[in-house]
Amino acid sequence: MLYREAGDFKTNYVADSQTFPIKFDRYGYYFLLGFAFLVMPLIINDYWANSIVVPFLIYTIAALGLNILIGYCGQLSLGTGAFMAVGAYASYKLMTAFPELNIVFVVVFAGIVTAAVGVLFGLPSLRIKGFYLAVATLAAQFFLIWLFTRQPWFYNYSPTGMISAPQRELFGVAVTGPRASAVAMYMFCLCFLVSLAWLARNLTRGTLGRQWMAIRDMDIAAEIIGVNPLMAKLTAFAVSSFFVGIAGALLFTVYLGAAEAGEAFGIDKSFLVLFMVIIGGLGSIFGAFAGAAFLIIGPVLLKLLLVNTLGWPTDLAAHLEIMIIGALILGFLILEPHGIAALWRTIKEKLRLWPFPY
Amino acid sequence: MKMRRLATAFVATMIAAAPTLADTLHFPSLSYRTGPFAAGGIPFADGYSDYLTLINERDGGIGGVPIRQSECETAYNTERGVECYQSIRGDNPLVLQPLSTGITYQLIPRTIEDGIPMHTMGYGRTSALNGEVFNWTFNYPANYWDGASVIINYLLEENGGALDGKKIVLLYHNSAYGREPIPTLTRLAERHGYELLTIGVDSPGQEQGSQWLQIRRERPDYVVMWGWGVMNPTAIQEAANIRFPMENFIGVWWSGSQQDVLPVGAGAHGYKALAMHGTGMDYPIYADMQRYVIDTGKQAGTGAEVGTVLYSRGMYAAMLAVEAAKKAQEIHGVAAITPAMMRDGMANLEITEELMAELGLPNFGPAFSVSCQNHGGSGAAMIQQWDANAGEWNLITDWIQPDRELIMEMAMEDSLAFAAENNMTPACLN
Repeated sequence: MLYREAGDFKTNYVADSQTFPIKFDRYGYYFLLGFAFLVMPLIINDYWANSIVVPFLIYTIAALGLNILIGYCGQLSLGTGAFMAVGAYASYKLMTAFPELNIVFVVVFAGIVTAAVGVLFGLPSLRIKGFYLAVATLAAQFFLIWLFTRQPWFYNYSPTGMISAPQRELFGVAVTGPRASAVAMYMFCLCFLVSLAWLARNLTRGTLGRQWMAIRDMDIAAEIIGVNPLMAKLTAFAVSSFFVGIAGALLFTVYLGAAEAGEAFGIDKSFLVLFMVIIGGLGSIFGAFAGAAFLIIGPVLLKLLLVNTLGWPTDLAAHLEIMIIGALILGFLILEPHGIAALWRTIKEKLRLWPFPY
Repeated sequence: MKMRRLATAFVATMIAAAPTLADTLHFPSLSYRTGPFAAGGIPFADGYSDYLTLINERDGGIGGVPIRQSECETAYNTERGVECYQSIRGDNPLVLQPLSTGITYQLIPRTIEDGIPMHTMGYGRTSALNGEVFNWTFNYPANYWDGASVIINYLLEENGGALDGKKIVLLYHNSAYGREPIPTLTRLAERHGYELLTIGVDSPGQEQGSQWLQIRRERPDYVVMWGWGVMNPTAIQEAANIRFPMENFIGVWWSGSQQDVLPVGAGAHGYKALAMHGTGMDYPIYADMQRYVIDTGKQAGTGAEVGTVLYSRGMYAAMLAVEAAKKAQEIHGVAAITPAMMRDGMANLEITEELMAELGLPNFGPAFSVSCQNHGGSGAAMIQQWDANAGEWNLITDWIQPDRELIMEMAMEDSLAFAAENNMTPACLN
């Protein structure tokens, strides 16, 4: 009733192949975009921007990247934390070596550097599959973190081994450093997220995305029908690492301001992003958003509820938070193994038939 | 019905982020009672909170204005530390004490921008000594470079004034915290002619087999440790396993509390550590603490930690904060002080032996004064040794002074580099 295709006629091919063919979806998307760009900057306060929305936007980019690799191309990776670190350290080296360089280019170049590193560590995927590939990418995680904590060139020989982001401006407004306002940080990350999500959506609908999915579903069959596995796997690693690298660069420059490889980009980061992808839904753009929202916003809201509203002791709340999030993850995986995205699909099906289900 | 209740809770959660401003002095505590470093975080947070409760219960607050405490769990994680900072920065926090060098590095630029004083007692960025650059950051009464220098001065004294040809290993937590003393120890190695070997342990530090194998092979004369959390008992256990002479094993003040040595049992006997303040229950303040806080059931923890090293340190941190607040009230003649006034109080703080005695803590900490040029106090520390049979720490030296001239010189270099990076002109605020 509310949500249906009937009566929504397409008269040309462009209209028929658009991303959101259903009118209700399309208007919902436009409304969300308008809300995010026009209304949010006016109503958001510092605390919400800094501790909830900005990390959500950044982790969504990382989840989008990993989703391309795991969800669309079927290559399991446990090196996400390290690839984020590559993005962060690349942006740091670029910012300090070329102080005049615009911050947008710094972030994009950091993504490109990470893409190159990702391709390098993606080479084993041509020979090994599944869990064995996961172990190979785990090696990337440990090797890269070792490199960033033990090789002083990467942190400009600073005595503590910490890297810190200097202030950079965009159109005269500070977007990194302590002077950056919450709204500037929010808008900066939002622009990156929207353009990258648009890119991911269109890549996965096109030739490249179909090649990835063919490899994921059955690599031998894909090879027989003419998909080049070398190109498909390596492009998946490159695009995925590009996204993850941008997320790492944004996390360091915009959100954290100062970071240390071992602490900020450890193995737990890899698992965090992996859980986002699995809980959100493998092979779904919406899933990346849903998974990041679940794992980033969930704990903060729970903390606000337990500590600030109910006044419970902080340690009890912290332990409960781990238990509740863990139970929710288990519950989700049992009730809906395909993630929140599948749940959303079911809801859409139901809405289509409502109020006359058969 | 259930939905409505959920919705109400949700709305209440949204509103909760808004500050409640009243005539109170807000002392937030960025604590960590969970995670691999909780063993150190819990007693410190309890000591900090109990002293503030005591001031409220006994004196009715500071200058008649009651203290309001708040706590935020960081789990020693920088990301959560930033989240905590964002949640309290609009709530007039008088002083921040993150108890984490990593979080300190992230908060220094933000606190400068927001005008909130931060006190990093015995940790944090050493070059915050230079108050002309770091107007809002204080690290009195001692910092890591002081600690490193005090250890070397102690070893010099033990060895008749010369360390030529000695081999010293620095076993450090591979983080901003553990790497902090390396520049000082390297500079001092050039001066005194000892050989320095640095060996890092990755966080959290439960795996140290290869490091101690290396130490056994190198046969150093001394091992100096910059450890925290589970790294400390693991290292002491490993040292006991390879029969390293415990009296030649010296930890920084963060590696010298009961929970570090007790798990090792008799093997830890003779282990030494720095002490930046006294320990134990032999101070008159504990009579008041018992009467006003513990007997009335208002203590923050279970009470088992009272009097331990890190509990004492939390109490000491709270005491210095309260004295700074009194100083600020005195300077500005206002009882309900703001963070900016608190900063003035900290920058002009003066702790004398008479004052310590008056507070019920005679000879607990060093006498020192803070000025704009020196945010670091005296830097003196003592050496304590663990007696496993009696189960207590014994102070074996008096206050040992660090090589402050060298430290000041290095702090100037580092702080001026920071100022240049951030386009700041060094100047005093008042």
